[in-house]
Amino acid sequence: MSVVQRYRPDPGTAAQLNGGRPGRPAGDTAVSLSEISKVYGRGPNAVHAVDRLSLTVGQGEFVCIVGASGCGKSTLLSIVAGLDTPTAGQVDTGGRRVGIMFQEPALFPWLTARRNVELALRALKVPKEQRRRRATELLEAVHLGDFADKRPHELSGGMRQRVALARALAQEADVLLMDEPFGALDAMTRDLLHDELERICSQRSLSVLFVTHNVREAARLGDRVVLLSSRPGRVIEQYDVPRTGPRRIDSASVATLASQITDRLREEMRRHG
Amino acid sequence: MADTKTPASTRAGSQDTAIAGLDSLELAGFSTGRDRGRIARKTWTAAWPKVLAAGLVLGAWQLFYLSDFHGDTSTGLVKGPGAGLANLWDQLQHGQLWSAIGNTVRTAVVGYLLAMLIGSVIGAIVSRIPPLRAATGSIISGLQTMPSIAWFPFAIILFGTSESAILFVMVLGAAPSIANGLITGVDYTPPLLLRAGRTMGLRGVALYRHLILPASLPAYLAGLKQGWAFAWRSLMAGELLVIIVGNLSLGILLNNAQDNQDLTGAISIMIVILVIGIVVDTIFSKTDLAVRRRRGLLTDTQSV
Repeated sequence: MSVVQRYRPDPGTAAQLNGGRPGRPAGDTAVSLSEISKVYGRGPNAVHAVDRLSLTVGQGEFVCIVGASGCGKSTLLSIVAGLDTPTAGQVDTGGRRVGIMFQEPALFPWLTARRNVELALRALKVPKEQRRRRATELLEAVHLGDFADKRPHELSGGMRQRVALARALAQEADVLLMDEPFGALDAMTRDLLHDELERICSQRSLSVLFVTHNVREAARLGDRVVLLSSRPGRVIEQYDVPRTGPRRIDSASVATLASQITDRLREEMRRHG
Repeated sequence: MADTKTPASTRAGSQDTAIAGLDSLELAGFSTGRDRGRIARKTWTAAWPKVLAAGLVLGAWQLFYLSDFHGDTSTGLVKGPGAGLANLWDQLQHGQLWSAIGNTVRTAVVGYLLAMLIGSVIGAIVSRIPPLRAATGSIISGLQTMPSIAWFPFAIILFGTSESAILFVMVLGAAPSIANGLITGVDYTPPLLLRAGRTMGLRGVALYRHLILPASLPAYLAGLKQGWAFAWRSLMAGELLVIIVGNLSLGILLNNAQDNQDLTGAISIMIVILVIGIVVDTIFSKTDLAVRRRRGLLTDTQSV
């Protein structure tokens, strides 16, 4: 199997390319960013975190964003989540609900796993009688049914991240934004969570924007890997990964793509050196 | 590729087992609940420092008695711990001490609840409005450094020798600590939790109720505890300074003992005041421990 690499100076064609894949309606875009810029501060001290960045995520597509430090990855997610506003440019999520997961689980320590999930449902105004049942279902979906009454500090790091995933799913999000969600986990737990995440995303046909600086992780998970430049963040390269079958972090195809991306990333870093 | 040959269903099945196995491995050796056994041992661990403290005090008292400081033991003014405890026991048989305790505790509760209400409202308002916070922050800290006893002349002129004067000083002593506790708690709400709450769609009152207030609870409790200490001190000072005719209180009993040169009687009342203070302090400490245990903020040595 081979990895298709396309250099696309015009990201507007992304939807067209996505349309070629099986199981996804052609041209159906979940998130579209056009010419997004974000500047912090003003005058000579202004920092251009993101510069005229355009990107689309197709419905049900898993897009991984990779870049060196300072590529504005987190800024980008905050903008899509509506937690931050861009200095210029347009964000369009077509009215879809957006859920977000951080590197830290960010669970409320005074609530049990189930109550953490229930709170997200409550914020959505789900009636009280349904909350408990749905929270239990969601925790079972991440294999934590037996741990629903534990508080976050009684769970391991990987389990907390799964509660956080259940909570993000409870927000009935169609679009899931993930900011290095497995960055703080050990390799074995991360592998298992990759499988979990892949299964859940395809079951619910979620559109995912997944930020990481682990190139292998991106190659393992993404339908498409987007490489960003640093200071300011811009799309410099996109890699399509055809879905030909189950992938693992140690698959040959993943390794090949990862080394390609790493080479390109090094080239980008040298430009700054 | 090797991994494509495995049927998807088998893969998913083995993945579930792998996750469950990893979970149980990671939780092994993790104490998930409190130890229910070894109750006797835990009681002993909790009790011996208190027993030792009481023993040290009684020992010091006995030494003071034996040393015949100023020749007061010979004149019968200073009595030993045996006679002193007998005096306390005797007073506890009579209604007078109990009605004094009742009155004092009632004033304490009323004053403290008032301080709690006022302090919490001020804290909530000030933490919400940044300009107000800048302006009142130093006033609140200033009030805390002012010894509450200095307020009594002001209070007595304003309210006369009445319970209102005492309550006024108690509130002035305790409310700033309580307000400060709440403000600190709100200030230190982790920004990551705020981001998580906002993406969940928590806004306005809901954000306050489900996120900011619970997150501030430990700091608020610390403020409540400090507020209680100030309120209790102000109350004792007030009962000694503001003598309300016909209203029996611990302060009045202490005053009577002073007037009658009854050192042993004074010590008995002081022991009662000390015990009330320790009991309330224990309640606050236990609550604080419970809150921190729920949040996993305890290390193993603290959880005893």
